[in-house]
Amino acid sequence: MTLQAVLVIAAALFAVGLYGAISQQVLVMVMMGLELMINAVILAAAGLWWFLAPTPDGHVLLLVVIAAMTVEMAMGFAVATVLHRSRGSDMTDMSTDLKQ
Amino acid sequence: MAADVVTVSVAWAPLALLLVVAAAWWAACLDAVVSGGRWGAPAAEAARLLRQRRRTLLAADRLLWRLGGGGLLVAALLMVAVIPLGRWTLSDLGVGVVWFNAMDVLVWALVWMAGWGANSTHALVGGYRFLAQALAYELPLMFALTAPAVGAGSLRVADVIAAQHGLWFVVWMPVAFVVFCACVVAFSVQGPFAAAAAADIGGGVLAEVSGVDRLLLLAGRYALLAAGSAFAVVAVFGGGDGPWLPDWVWTLVKTFAVLSVLVLVRRRVPLLRPDRLVEVGWVLVLPLTLLQLLVVSVVVVVR
Amino acid sequence: MTGVVQTVLFWGLGAVAVAAGVVVFRTDSMARATYALAASFVAVGAQVLFLHLDYVGVIVVLMMVMEMAVMAVYMVMFMGMNPALMPMSMVHSRKTSLGVAAGAFIVLAGGALLVPWPARRGAPAVDLTVSLGQATMGSKMLVMLVVSPVLFSTIVSALVLALPRSRYDRLGDDLRRRPAEDPQPGGVGR
Repeated sequence: MTLQAVLVIAAALFAVGLYGAISQQVLVMVMMGLELMINAVILAAAGLWWFLAPTPDGHVLLLVVIAAMTVEMAMGFAVATVLHRSRGSDMTDMSTDLKQ
Repeated sequence: MAADVVTVSVAWAPLALLLVVAAAWWAACLDAVVSGGRWGAPAAEAARLLRQRRRTLLAADRLLWRLGGGGLLVAALLMVAVIPLGRWTLSDLGVGVVWFNAMDVLVWALVWMAGWGANSTHALVGGYRFLAQALAYELPLMFALTAPAVGAGSLRVADVIAAQHGLWFVVWMPVAFVVFCACVVAFSVQGPFAAAAAADIGGGVLAEVSGVDRLLLLAGRYALLAAGSAFAVVAVFGGGDGPWLPDWVWTLVKTFAVLSVLVLVRRRVPLLRPDRLVEVGWVLVLPLTLLQLLVVSVVVVVR
Repeated sequence: MTGVVQTVLFWGLGAVAVAAGVVVFRTDSMARATYALAASFVAVGAQVLFLHLDYVGVIVVLMMVMEMAVMAVYMVMFMGMNPALMPMSMVHSRKTSLGVAAGAFIVLAGGALLVPWPARRGAPAVDLTVSLGQATMGSKMLVMLVVSPVLFSTIVSALVLALPRSRYDRLGDDLRRRPAEDPQPGGVGR
């Protein structure tokens, strides 16, 4: 259980999340991809914290990352609700108001 | 404040499961007697269900359905894993109180899955009712769990017990105790909080299950009640404190006492609707619990 | 727990986390996708527990299971009921995104394996939870002071975005009509 092992697993999770965030059409699935990416960041941060600098500063940063993930999910679902109500669709492809 | 708690190996987990099932059995028998039946009614019902054929529905999501039904017993066992029986515990986790909280959040997922998996309207309505009710009780439960942790200055369950050697927490944290007991009844889908399994939706999450799955679901509800009572004992009733008998006997006696009181009391309160419960939970109960937490914090600082 | 058992368990949990992440985008049922994501989070929480971060690990498990239960409700709301497993693959530019994801993995994993990581600085405190609590309330109090209003404003803005009606629709122009006029009845009738 070395630092490299933790980081490789986190990289794999990040890659899966990135695939989902880029390719999915439905807004909720994009959010799931984002959640996977933040998951990977939490794991990588925990690994880097333990193996490189196990001080309280990094520990607090992990809590901030978790709070950021909560905020992202709440706002994402609020936006999805508004989108669904105003356009009747939840696809990102049909939400291109600024596109020419 | 390190208390002496011995961690036993995982091989003792079946004994813990046996104790949980025994307590659940006791609760079911008491329930049967109080509602006018016989002592042997749960045993007869269990035998009948074990013989009954398991049902499935068209296009049911069987994986999630069986996970939801069977998972309640697992959640109860995981809750009990951090509760010490006298001096022995299965897991001396440094954050035992938060672990208990995490396991009762697992019940959210499990009851919803039991409702969704059946591909049936009544079951789905039951699952959604449980989520609506869970939003109401979860925050008061979290703050009621924080009060003993603040009082003991630690999130470890053994430290919470050790901090009660002089005076049990129930004496100066009554609001936290009452809220905690109500939330235990709520997350085990019982009594006034049984909207997820109510008769007006044909049994809710219990509508379509049969056979051994139904037995697991029914047993899981009582097992969660038992696990919650056990945690109430260690959190506010001093764990194994008591005069002559060894501490593990006292833990068991107190758990069964709290469990009996919960079973007897919940028959008195009518079924509450989840949408009414949300307003009461957030506007009335949550501020009261926060006030209790303030009182506890002031006492700890001043002491 | 011996080193070998720990390593095997850790890699096993890592495999579960990544496999569950893949299942999220490959499965045909929304509820299964949601709970596959929950399983991935639980595996990561368990791995974080292995890294001696007790509080953060259990909190990750707690919060993520709760989030996934709520997310399942939203999934069903937006994408309709299909516990029947109908095919549900809706992606755009699949090859590009697969390429980008593979490229990202190669860069990150290559960096993790090739970068000369520095030596460990400092030692962990004896009781990590206590040191976290003291850091949060002491030297890092600014973090708490910032996170609290951010979370509160998230609640407020999420509600403002999600609710189509305002206070004046509910309570009348002088904000005095009680009980409030809601399309969905609820509450105690205050």
